[in-house]
Amino acid sequence: MYYVRLVPDDTHIPFMRGRYAGLITSAVLSIASIILFFYPGLNYGTDFRGGIAIEIRTPGPADFPALRGDLGQLNMGQVQLQQFGSTRDVLIRVERQAGDDTAQQKAADVVKQNLAEKFPGTEVRGVEAVGASVSDELFRNGMTALGLAILAMLAYISFRFEWQFGLGAVITLVLDVTKTVGFFAVTGMQFNLTAVAAILTIMGYSINDKVVVYDRVRENLRVYKKMALRELIDLSINETLNRTLGTSLATFLATIPLAIFGGEALQEFALVMLFGIVIGTSSSIFIAAPILLFLGEHKLRRGQTREAPAPVAPAAGKGT
Amino acid sequence: MLYFSKWKIWGIIAVCVAAILFTIPNFLSKATLSGLPGWVPQRQINLGLDLRGGSYLLLEIDTAAVIRDRLDTATDAARTALRTANIGYTELAGADRSVTVHLRDAGQADAALTALGDIGSRTAAGQPEFKVDSAADGKITLTLTDASLTDRIGKAVEQSIEIVRRRIDETGVNEPQIARQGADRILVQLPGVQDPDRIKRLLGQTAKMTFRLLDPNGDAVGGKAPPGSEILQGYARAGTNGAAPRYVVRRKVEVDGADLTDARAATNSQSAEWVVSFEFNSSGARRFAQVTQQNVGRPFAIVLDDKVLSAPVIREPITGGRGQISGNFTAQSANDLAVLLRAGALPAPLQVIEERSVGPDLGADSIRAGILSCLVGLVLVATYMIIGYGIFGLFADLAVIVNLFMTLAALSLLQATLTLPGIAGILLMLGMSVDANILINERIREETRRGRTPFAAMEAGFKRAFSTILDSNLTTLIKMIILFLLGSGTVKGFAVTISLGIIISLFTATVLVRLMMVTWLRRRRPAMLPV
Repeated sequence: MYYVRLVPDDTHIPFMRGRYAGLITSAVLSIASIILFFYPGLNYGTDFRGGIAIEIRTPGPADFPALRGDLGQLNMGQVQLQQFGSTRDVLIRVERQAGDDTAQQKAADVVKQNLAEKFPGTEVRGVEAVGASVSDELFRNGMTALGLAILAMLAYISFRFEWQFGLGAVITLVLDVTKTVGFFAVTGMQFNLTAVAAILTIMGYSINDKVVVYDRVRENLRVYKKMALRELIDLSINETLNRTLGTSLATFLATIPLAIFGGEALQEFALVMLFGIVIGTSSSIFIAAPILLFLGEHKLRRGQTREAPAPVAPAAGKGT
Repeated sequence: MLYFSKWKIWGIIAVCVAAILFTIPNFLSKATLSGLPGWVPQRQINLGLDLRGGSYLLLEIDTAAVIRDRLDTATDAARTALRTANIGYTELAGADRSVTVHLRDAGQADAALTALGDIGSRTAAGQPEFKVDSAADGKITLTLTDASLTDRIGKAVEQSIEIVRRRIDETGVNEPQIARQGADRILVQLPGVQDPDRIKRLLGQTAKMTFRLLDPNGDAVGGKAPPGSEILQGYARAGTNGAAPRYVVRRKVEVDGADLTDARAATNSQSAEWVVSFEFNSSGARRFAQVTQQNVGRPFAIVLDDKVLSAPVIREPITGGRGQISGNFTAQSANDLAVLLRAGALPAPLQVIEERSVGPDLGADSIRAGILSCLVGLVLVATYMIIGYGIFGLFADLAVIVNLFMTLAALSLLQATLTLPGIAGILLMLGMSVDANILINERIREETRRGRTPFAAMEAGFKRAFSTILDSNLTTLIKMIILFLLGSGTVKGFAVTISLGIIISLFTATVLVRLMMVTWLRRRRPAMLPV
């Protein structure tokens, strides 16, 4: 029987030849992302910045200029209008109002009242009003979650593999996460709690991918005792190529419908996930593997004696 | 690894059937469910407010007010204690977190300390409420300890939850959820409430009602009040178009709102105005009768949260323990006040610091979008698996469907809340679950190409892939636990569904798929594995 393969079975692509190109491209993209993070910065959602978000549905197609003009003269600072879904659905976002936490409540009431008076028939479908103390706390927790996750990964991979693997995986992870943050900056998507959930999921996903390649490297280290590390890493990547790409494609396919049908809340989440899957997959090959090569060039080969002897000699020999 | 004993096979099948059984209630209406016999599982998944529509309010208790209240009463108690003990003092005041007093004669410090020793209560742990410091110049400071503050705020929060619950129950909201969050916050979830304005208004008032006498000696306009009295605002009368009147009101509370047993909105038979009629309990009625008897012809004030609702003149003693408050009410505001008085006063003001409301339409749209995405995602992933791995891909697809049922069953059993991000989690979990099978199938394929027999290749495939699968699942699980602990609201739902799905996939993607593959292998005995 014959099934569709993503790549042929016996590839011999010398990935490590492109190790500098891969690392430099990644570093440039990540540095650009960090610059974008500070300037122009992220579009923080109500979760993290406080303020108001009101979702409305107008009776006919929404009259944006009129809405903008009307809400602009309420003196509430920056008011963003965003269309999503149909032409009747509008998301109104108002920046955080000065004053204590109740100021957001009052402002939300003013906007709702104003809409009811000036645009009769408008249906308020959802309201979010978040005060400063809550948003500060949510932001702190979100950042703590990201930091803890990176530390936990460093610990876990170092525990399961040698430290070179752990460090390699975490450096790659940091590069992946910075690029994802850059993606938020470039697209202007809202950075909120859901975004943190997306980044955490991407981190999990990216690590899974690294584990597949690293597992094979570790296995091959035991099997091919004489092979140079560079050659061995290339072999391992080629051997697992169908896995790396296959698992990514499966998750990619599962996420696509969310990006299409998921509605305002999940669409952005899904797009970030799709971006993250591509980044996470490519970084397994082009970033995590080269870093392992640099970190382990002389060290990993020495450690072989304390491992158990090769459990299975490959039946078909080198290069399968 | 390839051998399954009889009981193990039946065990696996039983788990799958049970999962489907426990999922069924979610497809039936509540009414149909209650008509079924008792052995049928009844638990349904809790839908989050973002899916079923409703309001989520986070309230914060004004801890400064709690402390201020305590210091006020402590200051009064200190004054009484020092006077009783005949100790001269100046500058008795409560501020920040402590009460301070200067003794005229520093030599009386010991006597003063004894007199002041009784004003504090004890914390739950039996520690004194105040830390007492005395300086050589006769200055004594009583400071609330951290433990007693935590105690007091905790009590205030517990009391507030009770009052909040009563107020919300009065509005007829179904299944409200009210819970303490952190040290000084209360989380209120109101399913089905799209516009929580009325509830916010009801919760935004302390509703501390007092009946006090007006002070004839003060000058309300000039803003001068004699000691023991204060100037309070009233409400502008409708139609007068003027400023709100001001009253000079004695601080002494004659009768407290806590003594009310009932309050109802009603219309006055003569003026057709909306009023709130109330009824005192026996001790309140006695006090009220006494006060009105002694003060016929004088005005008294009904004060709600430091504003004068009305200040009628007492025409005759009121001995029945019943009365009416007229205060320029509408039907709505009279009803609201009646609700507040029935439910009782909050120990301290509450502020809404976070609100998230979702209309039922939007929630229904989200459910539709979620189900559609899941179905399309399932079809895409399933097709990909069959194209890539044939019959083994089909086995993986069956396992994913079982996984979906088991996740829904687990959510129903645990009574966990399914949110919109939770639906996204289910979808992602579909993708991650087949990842395990891709790893297994690729490994089997590799072993087959190395010339292994079908049985040996399959054995090696499961064995070798397992540590990779375990690693990747555990790393994701760690992240989801972090997200669950630090995330809030609907995002927690995402962590819950992914975590459940991952744990379940260890069973479905490895054990269940292995059973299917082995059974197939035994029946067909192919010379080569179809991977």
